[in-house]
Amino acid sequence: MILEDKRIRIIVGHYGSGKSEFSINYAVKLGQKKDKVVLVDLDIVNLYFRSREKEEELKKLGVKLIGSSIKGLGADLPAVSAEIYGPIQDESFDLVIDVGGDPVGARVLGMYSQYFTKGNYDMFFVLNANRPETQTVEKAMEYLKKIENASRLKVTGIVNNTHLLKSTTYKDVLKGQTLAEELSHQLNIPIKYVSALEHVAKDLPANLTGQIFPIKLYLREEWMV
Amino acid sequence: MAKVLMKGNEAIGAAAIEAGCRYFFGYPITPQSELPEYMARELPKVGGVFLQAESEIAAINMVYGAAGAGARVMTSSSSPGISLKQEGISYIAGAELPCLIVNIMRGGPGLGSILPSQTDYFQATRGGGNGDYRLVVLAPSNVQELVDLVIEGFDIADQYRNPVMILGDGMIGQMMEPVELRKPKQRELPPKDWATDGTKDKRKPNIINSLYLAAEELEAHNQRLQEKYKKIMENEVKVESYNIEDADVVIAAYGTISRIAKTAISQLEKEGYKVGLIRPITLWPYPYDEFEKINDKCKGILTVEMNTGQMVDDVKIAVKGKFPVYFHGRTGGMVPTPDEIIDKVKKIYGGEI
Repeated sequence: MILEDKRIRIIVGHYGSGKSEFSINYAVKLGQKKDKVVLVDLDIVNLYFRSREKEEELKKLGVKLIGSSIKGLGADLPAVSAEIYGPIQDESFDLVIDVGGDPVGARVLGMYSQYFTKGNYDMFFVLNANRPETQTVEKAMEYLKKIENASRLKVTGIVNNTHLLKSTTYKDVLKGQTLAEELSHQLNIPIKYVSALEHVAKDLPANLTGQIFPIKLYLREEWMV
Repeated sequence: MAKVLMKGNEAIGAAAIEAGCRYFFGYPITPQSELPEYMARELPKVGGVFLQAESEIAAINMVYGAAGAGARVMTSSSSPGISLKQEGISYIAGAELPCLIVNIMRGGPGLGSILPSQTDYFQATRGGGNGDYRLVVLAPSNVQELVDLVIEGFDIADQYRNPVMILGDGMIGQMMEPVELRKPKQRELPPKDWATDGTKDKRKPNIINSLYLAAEELEAHNQRLQEKYKKIMENEVKVESYNIEDADVVIAAYGTISRIAKTAISQLEKEGYKVGLIRPITLWPYPYDEFEKINDKCKGILTVEMNTGQMVDDVKIAVKGKFPVYFHGRTGGMVPTPDEIIDKVKKIYGGEI
């Protein structure tokens, strides 16, 4: 349950794994249950398809978005906002941090590491078994370890978000689940969520490890596949 | 091979390596930097060379050298960086060398912005460099087609000894989509007996050059080039079209915009409108003949682009004044929406424009 997760939820993974979509969906669900929900877009890796594009839409859904200190979608500057320190320190906030892809994106987390202590945060590793760089346990483990090293934090849960965008079927998710289970077993990190498009989630067996987490796509336009 | 999810820029790299490209020279620029990043990581694994040059000008001249030695070689950049490469591109075309040049277009003029655009159509199809030369210009509309065209592009370049350009808007480079790497139809490729790869004391040295001191020789060289371009025009046109025999309005669009146009068309069809599409896949050679197949009762052609009107000139050449030609464009990184296109088509239907 998302209410049982720690107050600070950090979402990491390889780029293309679906971190931003998972983060937005998670924050929206949280916004339905809590009053002070903040989604922090810490992505300094991607240029397009970032959470900050949805600031207005999220506001209507009860989620405050903090993006770059430099406004404008045409900026690819590694500028994060000082506003982030507020909800990190003020314990009345619930926080979802959408981190940029790969170890290079996770490095930004290092500057906040003094505020994150063992037990006060969750860090979820979003896994997509359809991305060439995280298709095997060895490769996924390497990414996870590199992200932990760059961020100076520990992954506390795995999110199986295996997808092929709008052409995802339950078979993709189950393929990813096998990988997630093996990764979970080898690293002793639990699978927290199995995330899939709403119509795909309906086809999933109920006995999977991890909570089934149906999502909508917020960042894909109608004409995109 | 099962489909995997790749970002356009990464997929170009994977496709190039699959096609046997082992040399990449470039300089980073948003929104295509994932491509040099991918090549830096992957080329050494297959015994290739990735080199980040000191500038775009250096990079294109490294491509000139590698292509002259017979290597499969690629460079990539985005709009302002491609402008810097123009001198080298003209030399490569003049010296008749095969290579692949990728332009993931961003807003212009000048530094413009990092957001998607199609503002380099003129530069790509009319030649940003000097001289009577042509690039084969391939314009994919999704990541799978991007991969297919990169692989085929190397073959086209080798077959005709001519530089080939992949022209994609920023969206194509940044978008994630499912892809699989697959081989194109087999082409007969001529041996690279012109390459400067060492005489081994068995032949006279080959010389790669674009300088001709005698007027007659340069004219003969140009005539040879023109004959080659004519062959490319006859053999290499690629186009997708939809319902042009029956449509009341035909949309002409390429790249990402053609997909937005398709979304608009399916909505318009639900409302009873008959709308067709011509989507050039090769921007040079341009599919002029396809426009001949449009039915006589068509009310007009609507060209949609992410610029202020560039391909629309080729559409006018193609229809030869037979149909009115309308234009809808957005710039600065603004992407046209299906609704904007629907509105424009309805106005053409209603005789309002």
